[in-house]
Amino acid sequence: MDKNPSPVEDNRFREATVQEEVPRLANTTPLISPRPAPELNTSPLHGLWALTKRDLKKWFTNPYQLLITLIQPAVWLGLFGKALNFGSFISSTGASASAQNMILFNTFGTTSYFSFLACGMLASIILFTASFSGMSVVFDRRFGFLNKALSTPVGRGAVVMAKVFQSVGRSLSQAAIVLAIAVVLGMDTANFTILGVAGAFLFLFLMSMGLSSLFVMLALKSSNWQTQMAIINLLNLPLLFASNSLFPTTIMPSWLQAVVKVNPVSYSNDGVRQLLLGSPGFNALWFDYAYLFGFAAFFSIVGIVLSWRLLSK
Amino acid sequence: MAQQESSSLPRLSKPIIFVDKLSKTFSDGKIKAVDDVSFEVKEGEVFGFLGPNGAGKTTTINMLTTLLKPSSGNAEVCGYNVYKHPTEVRRSVGVVPQEYTADEEMTGYDNIILCADLYGMPRSDSKPHGEELLRLVELQDAANRKVSTYSGGMRRRLELACGLINYPTLLFLDEPTLGLDVQTRAAVWKYIRMLKDEYHMTLFMTTHYLEEADALCDRIAIIDHGHVVKIGSPEELKASVGGDVITVTVREATPDLSTDIAQIPLVRDVKNTAGTYRVKAEQGEEAAPEIMDLIRSKGMHVTKIALTKPTLDEAYLEFTGRQLREEETDRMSMFSQRVTMRRARS
Ligand SMILES: Nc1ncnc2c1ncn2[C@@H]1O[C@H](COP(=O)(O)OP(=O)(O)OP(=O)(O)O)[C@@H](O)[C@H]1O
Ligand SMILES: [Mg+2]
Repeated sequence: MDKNPSPVEDNRFREATVQEEVPRLANTTPLISPRPAPELNTSPLHGLWALTKRDLKKWFTNPYQLLITLIQPAVWLGLFGKALNFGSFISSTGASASAQNMILFNTFGTTSYFSFLACGMLASIILFTASFSGMSVVFDRRFGFLNKALSTPVGRGAVVMAKVFQSVGRSLSQAAIVLAIAVVLGMDTANFTILGVAGAFLFLFLMSMGLSSLFVMLALKSSNWQTQMAIINLLNLPLLFASNSLFPTTIMPSWLQAVVKVNPVSYSNDGVRQLLLGSPGFNALWFDYAYLFGFAAFFSIVGIVLSWRLLSK
Repeated sequence: MAQQESSSLPRLSKPIIFVDKLSKTFSDGKIKAVDDVSFEVKEGEVFGFLGPNGAGKTTTINMLTTLLKPSSGNAEVCGYNVYKHPTEVRRSVGVVPQEYTADEEMTGYDNIILCADLYGMPRSDSKPHGEELLRLVELQDAANRKVSTYSGGMRRRLELACGLINYPTLLFLDEPTLGLDVQTRAAVWKYIRMLKDEYHMTLFMTTHYLEEADALCDRIAIIDHGHVVKIGSPEELKASVGGDVITVTVREATPDLSTDIAQIPLVRDVKNTAGTYRVKAEQGEEAAPEIMDLIRSKGMHVTKIALTKPTLDEAYLEFTGRQLREEETDRMSMFSQRVTMRRARS
């Protein structure tokens, strides 16, 4: 360690001082025209759309990211959904065609396991996309953008809700693509109605709101993506497997059924299958809606309330 | 920013930043990052926080810009209390943070517009103003490139432009030239002087470069281990170390002129070692000719004369008991490491 300033170091500053003699920019033409500061939008929601758009724009200008997130449900649908041919499995026991359909319908609420699974895949894509909404908070903190946003007068609640909404936007568009893939691959569309599809997406919207708020909330304090990854893995697969996404509740052991009954993913699936496949369903539609609405409202409100505490250190 | 406006506004009678016994502790009181700090910043001045690594500079800025809640004490920024009116504080000040905070996947232009949106500025204003600011920091040609293609200096300039988007009257600059090369550093200095001179902004900046504090700041607070150890203008800080030193070598070793030189009003102290006089004086430039005249009037000859001004280095050493430079190498390597780590992660 040299106590004396090195010549290089000294020169650096000398040169900097010399630079000052260069004619001033502002002497020629003013670079900032004198104009009064504008009237600011001071509503607590200002900046919400700007922040949401920022994330959405990055997502749809990056086709790889979209492609990668779609691979998983597409592969499950193509391989799992087509390979698990419960129909031929049952007919190989010598049952008649009508008996086969009856067994299938009684188990899955539809005669096509593929269609049953397709509805589960809609929930799965929502779940996986929502779980990564927290990751985007972690990276914003890590790369300093979160601090920049927080040093502006933008509402802390708007920062959090923007993360939730971008996740909802992404997951719903991905769900639409998954549904299209499923139809192409042979999903039963006999019971499709415009109102039914819209109603199904309302279920997906509510589930996405609740799950995204939950994962964003869990990420608010964290700046460590490994921790966040662990949280995602810890919650994601249990939420998927302990639901009726892949298999009907009726074939599960009773302890698992208890878990499935509180899992919001099950309620979304139950409603979506009633609306898209005309399945009998386990709950009344209104009850499924009410349950998911409560779930979404609870976590988004808790998320906004916590944002004020967690984002200011 | 608006030149006409700020000159027609009534001057604030209160200081633009008022800090009273501000403290911040981390980890349940184990780390005292900022300890009982009090100071004031007047409107229109460049106020510098000078201190080494971990002195508490960033923590102080974060409290004044309401990113961190103080543990105790009080602070008012632009007339607003940081506890009671954080949103108003955020609206009135601009912040250029120590780290790069722009979104790498967006263009420079989109970044500055996003900033404006976060302030709630109408697009009718933020579009022309954003373009002006990008021109100000000479980024107009790179405005439509993604920030990930920018060099460190370009990023720093973009941060500066973003910090100015909301027409702040007070701008916080956290180590504005850290890790920059000669030209970019000079450019940033130029912008800082311009903001003060042409646009009458108040600037609060932190630095660990003595030369930078000396060149830019009207007043400097030396901060060390969370304490403000001294506040004053660069000249005052230097003067408190002792005056200028004039070294005069005279061809004739005798007679000794020490007592005669000491009679000159500006001279404080004279030491003669074999015909070389070390004279401490208040205004060296004025004292030196008088000393030369005196020596010549005795029929003697000056062979060599040198004037040395005290540096802030000495002031810093005096007040903190340490030399700032020792820590600098460490610091720079840490910074570059941090940047590399980020690159690797993305
Ligand atoms: N979030 C935090 N949790 C715990 N300790 C912290 C935190 N932030 C800062 N500190 C500690 O507070 C002290 C002051 O940090 P600060 O960042 O204010 O220093 P600084 O003067 O800006 O340093 P530098 O020149 O490195 O930027 C340091 O000892 C640091 O370790
Ligand atoms: Mg710092």
